[in-house]
Amino acid sequence: MRNLVAFPILFLAVILQTTLVSKVQLLSGYADLVLVLLAGWALQERVTSAWHWVFVASLFVAYISALPWAAVILGYFVVVYLAQVLQKRIWQAPLLAMFAVTFAGTLFMNVFSYFLLTFLGTPLQFADVLSLIILPALLLNMLISIPVFAWMRELSRWVYIEDGDL
Amino acid sequence: MRDIFSRGLQTTIIFLVVGGILALALSGFFGAASSQFSGSLVQVQTFFATRFQAVQDFFAAPRDITTLRSQNSELEAQVSQLQVQVIELQQRVNETDILAALVDFAQSDPESTYKAASVIGRDPSPFLHYIIINRGSNDDIRRGMPVVTNQGLVGRIDAVIADASRVQLITDPGALVNIRLQNAETAAVLKGSVTGDISLDFISQDASVEAGDLILTSGLGGGYPPDLIVGQVININKFDFQLFQTASVQPSVDFSRLVIVLVITNFRPVDITPLVP
Repeated sequence: MRNLVAFPILFLAVILQTTLVSKVQLLSGYADLVLVLLAGWALQERVTSAWHWVFVASLFVAYISALPWAAVILGYFVVVYLAQVLQKRIWQAPLLAMFAVTFAGTLFMNVFSYFLLTFLGTPLQFADVLSLIILPALLLNMLISIPVFAWMRELSRWVYIEDGDL
Repeated sequence: MRDIFSRGLQTTIIFLVVGGILALALSGFFGAASSQFSGSLVQVQTFFATRFQAVQDFFAAPRDITTLRSQNSELEAQVSQLQVQVIELQQRVNETDILAALVDFAQSDPESTYKAASVIGRDPSPFLHYIIINRGSNDDIRRGMPVVTNQGLVGRIDAVIADASRVQLITDPGALVNIRLQNAETAAVLKGSVTGDISLDFISQDASVEAGDLILTSGLGGGYPPDLIVGQVININKFDFQLFQTASVQPSVDFSRLVIVLVITNFRPVDITPLVP
């Protein structure tokens, strides 16, 4: 039952992404709320459902976006994989881990999307993509990662209530 | 008996004297004295009145403040309600203006049939320039149908579900539109980019293109109907060592402010893929 919370939260996140976040542009880039949510959720100690969240998020975003579904699915899976690796190694500084995962995940997802779109025939210049989309998106994702991490920590406490917490 | 008489006499005399003084005073014979007296009286009365008012305020003020605060909060709630109403009405006025312009546009081209749709979102990926509209296959929307506003061409339907559709804008890096330049009577291809800027390519070196030339869809390729306004030429890049001229384009549609669009529902795109060698 705990995993079901992913549906309303990710649904809301995708709605916010398409309506609100995508309008707050820096140059041509904007934040990826779903990616940052996944990173924040996967970094929580108690969370055991990060892979379920990736599946649901990939389903929602691949359904709505015109981006090739492989870019969405692989990008989000890599983000959660990175989060789970770093969560065990930088467990004493979770915010640092959040920054690292957001940075590496955003970079991977955007660069992978660029290569995939280019491979599929969309004419894109890497210099333009880097300066107008990837770097602004990195900055915006890093900015929203702090409040998102705090929300995800509160959510994980609420979802994974232990006997000692009562 | 004598005492009673003398007391009555004294009282009568006192009344007569006081009455006479009052009558004289009221008649204005004691002007300076009466004004000084009345002035002193007013000052004393003012002194007591202000002190009494202060004491009364001291005891009554807390109740008044509570009342005022509750009234203030009620008024603030009313103000915020009215502000919300004003915003809603302004939105309706804006929508009405847009719809009126779209109706005018639709009436100017009676051959086409249109379906109005609201823009409800944008693609989650910054690489792509797509919008999501609130009409789908339930409203007879099909893939490939052109999307316009009264200002000009917006894009075409890329994917459809029951109650929504995804529209590829002409600013998308993957979008290609066959166009013609109205003044030069030459064909070219319009391309989008990641920045949302659009440009022309494959303009013949012989064509005489000038800034301000109007760009219309040519209808070639069967992807879009002919003669839809796309934009205007801003500047031209012509080099002798290149095969074709290129040009920057100012789109006629403001893509950052798309609210309501029209889908041309009686246009069926032609798939020429099997004919391409």
